[in-house]
Amino acid sequence: MSGREGIGAAVERKEDRRFLVGKGRYTDDLQLPGQSFGVFVRSPHAHAAIRSIGVERAAGAPGVLAVLTGEQVAADGLGTIPCGWQIKNKDGSVMVEPPHPALALGKVRHVGDPVVLVVAEARAQAREAAQLVEVEYEPLPAVSHLGAAAAAGAPLVWDEAPGNVCFDWHLGDAAAVDAAFARAARVVRLDLVNNRVAPNAIEPRAANGHYDAVEDRYTLYTTSQNPHLTRLLLGAFTLKVPEHRLRVVAPDVGGGFGSKIFHYAEELLVLWASRRVGRPVKWTAERSEAFLSDAHGRDHLSHAELALDAGGKFLGLRVRTLANMGAYLSTFAPAIPTYLYATLLSGPYVIPAIYAEVQAIFSHTVPVDAVRGAGRPEASYLLERLVDRAAREMGIDRVELRRRNFVPTDAFPYQTPVALQYDTGDYHATLDLALGAIDYERFAERRAASEARGKLRGFGVSTYIEACGIAPSALVGALGARAGLYESATVRVNPTGSVTVFTGSHSHGQGHETTFAQLVVEKLGVPLAQVEVVHGDTDRIPFGMGTYGSRSAAVGGSALYKAMDKIVEKGRKIAAHLLEASVADVEFADGKFRVAGTDREKGFGEVAFAAYVPHNYPIETVEPGLEESAFYDPKNFTFPAGCHAVEVEVDPETGVVQVVEAAIADDVGVVINPMIVDGQAHGGLAHGIGQALYEECVYDSDGQLASGSFMSYCMPRAADLPMFRTGNHATPCTHNPIGVKGVGEVGAIGVPPAVINAVLDALAPLGVTHIDMPATPEKVWRAVRAAQGGGR
Amino acid sequence: MTTIALRVNGQPQAVEVEPRTLLVELLRERLRLTGTHVGCDTSQCGACTVWVEGKSVKSCTMLAVEAEGAEVTTIEGLASNGRLHPVQAAFQACHGLQCGFCTPGMVMSAAELLVRNPRPEEAEVRHWLEGNLCRCTGYHNIVRAVLAAADASAGERQGGGR
Repeated sequence: MSGREGIGAAVERKEDRRFLVGKGRYTDDLQLPGQSFGVFVRSPHAHAAIRSIGVERAAGAPGVLAVLTGEQVAADGLGTIPCGWQIKNKDGSVMVEPPHPALALGKVRHVGDPVVLVVAEARAQAREAAQLVEVEYEPLPAVSHLGAAAAAGAPLVWDEAPGNVCFDWHLGDAAAVDAAFARAARVVRLDLVNNRVAPNAIEPRAANGHYDAVEDRYTLYTTSQNPHLTRLLLGAFTLKVPEHRLRVVAPDVGGGFGSKIFHYAEELLVLWASRRVGRPVKWTAERSEAFLSDAHGRDHLSHAELALDAGGKFLGLRVRTLANMGAYLSTFAPAIPTYLYATLLSGPYVIPAIYAEVQAIFSHTVPVDAVRGAGRPEASYLLERLVDRAAREMGIDRVELRRRNFVPTDAFPYQTPVALQYDTGDYHATLDLALGAIDYERFAERRAASEARGKLRGFGVSTYIEACGIAPSALVGALGARAGLYESATVRVNPTGSVTVFTGSHSHGQGHETTFAQLVVEKLGVPLAQVEVVHGDTDRIPFGMGTYGSRSAAVGGSALYKAMDKIVEKGRKIAAHLLEASVADVEFADGKFRVAGTDREKGFGEVAFAAYVPHNYPIETVEPGLEESAFYDPKNFTFPAGCHAVEVEVDPETGVVQVVEAAIADDVGVVINPMIVDGQAHGGLAHGIGQALYEECVYDSDGQLASGSFMSYCMPRAADLPMFRTGNHATPCTHNPIGVKGVGEVGAIGVPPAVINAVLDALAPLGVTHIDMPATPEKVWRAVRAAQGGGR
Repeated sequence: MTTIALRVNGQPQAVEVEPRTLLVELLRERLRLTGTHVGCDTSQCGACTVWVEGKSVKSCTMLAVEAEGAEVTTIEGLASNGRLHPVQAAFQACHGLQCGFCTPGMVMSAAELLVRNPRPEEAEVRHWLEGNLCRCTGYHNIVRAVLAAADASAGERQGGGR
């Protein structure tokens, strides 16, 4: 069975049909009886005091049902938006955690900060009325760029955060690093920008809140990656309603990339507004609004130093990073530049001593939180740029330098000096695969061919590692997480033998309706068509943590396996009774319970039927029915790793960079569906190439977002990208029952440094040694001119 | 308010709209054809692509009143008698969709390309799709799907004689 539809089978997706015929059910598609519409008035200033809010004209406009302000939010006793992770400073004190009101109170702190919610009968009426709200602002000095925000005398975002410092954190052994640098033959240094990006799922965020006064019950339809987390935060912190009176539904969700993990003010406000106006209230972000209200990603300034011995062995790594938090702390913001960043700084290498210092800085910008990769792209970019620079400065081949420093394949489990223990891996294997796929041996020929066409060709490589399925709960709790990080599953075997899976994971493109069903095929031997996977509705699924950090297969899939183990155990007892054998003698394989060594067997469906029609049944010892639940709390992270190899062509006249080849080899552990795994890698590659070459949230010094729409924020398009070559070499994860690691983020983590290393390789003959992302034509052109002494 | 008459997916419709109503608003909110999506406010993303008189149009960029008398085809009208259009079928076979949000616009756009050019090269497909953004697939499998649909349609033409 497993060969055809189970683990390893590239079966077509069960969810595709509804999307292909226009019958997906996304949040904005839902129109509830009596539907009304909410539109937000947002701050046009990066920093301003609110002198007054005039709502009368808006309130009197046609169709308007309510005009709501921060004062009413506070008067109704709603809570502020909480942060889910508390970081401790070097001295043991806790981070500065300013309040995050759902609607601004007294001050606005970034362009796009919501100030007023207007609710009207029709969307257009709400939009028009929002124009009539009169907010009188007193503009105040603002600061948007990291360097400026961290500088002495910078305008303060929060009075309680002197120097705009949210926290000042470190990891590793500073003394050991000092000693390593003291005996180094060579020290390589690099200053890097990790550019701020917008998540830009193509479906903008939306929320539709409905308060049922008769039942005294709230239902929220929202674009969420984790509806139970949203329900928990609404119940405990913001709406303050017991969870049994709250239902959160995340129906079809049009991509997340991290941005739909967080609990946003709009989710609270539509529920609250619905209670006030007595009708469902729907808000849907416009794209330009999404740029100002979805959490952004990255935005680091780093200084890094690598100490090497004369033979090119890494001795120590020292990193100082400033990380932009924006104006408020989004749900997981503090965890991103700390435990999802500095812990990854050993990469796939043996680096005996590492010390990282991270200062998180407030600024008058949109909050920064997880975007695809979240912390890990920042770590891989820093390390892989540094390794390339070391190779160039020391005259060692960049591939050879990497090989010399890989964690040896026989050294697992490997304990890094930055807290992680890698369970398994084979970094040489993925490097060999990627180099073979791109035909590295013949790069010189291709470079010559490009040159003949007036193009500079460069080769770039990155060997990355990442950490997925963040866990275990007890450990992350000790590190400041305010949530558990397990996952849940319920397996309901129906009387006729079909199976319904209820998972706490959430699919917003990943294809769980297919891959989770394949796990059922593999384990229970039920045909794929007989399996349904339910997710995204807190009234139907068990409490779960949702999908982010490439955790679904590793954590959610493992919970599903645990639940199926219980099904098989119970099934063996039932089958033993039916077969008049002892339980110990009954085996389960290929969908059949069989008395070992005999041909006496009962099919899975027969056992299921017996469980629900228990006429001939061990009723004294076994309950009727066949439904089991499990929660799985992982023992460790998983550690996907691999090699991304890229070739670019640069036009020296225009500075235009084109990625012409991209070959990757990943170790994502056991592959459930190779077609879907490849698709995840492709999307991550586009995302990573986007960050490397095109994408950037550009703030001016007054805090206005200059690239706040698809007109000015450059998303990668079809013609910008090549066909990708993907390969896999699995070293199965050793601590989860499936052996999976995770694949959703590998491209975004692995490829950006490979692209920039390739650009620098192309430009090396011109004397260019450094460029920051995104390597836009302008930046490349200027770098070329500067290197050639042109200056302008 | 003004009343317009048009055909949508073969069905005659007479609808009262405001002069400012966009075609996409007419389709999504009045006719409840929610397969056509809105992903931006600057006519960049292409999620709202439909056919007007057989030509792909970003329905966020056209007023409903401009569609007076026109034949509009949306993603809901592309399959015939429950049989997927070759582009739809190829998107499934090639894993050309993930979250599905850009998919209706991608499919409508790609299907028109194959009407204009039944055997496009990879580069032509990529160029044609420049008005459609996808964040999930990296376009790789979308491009493969369009090329596969072209192959399938060519095969069908050959197999069917004429």
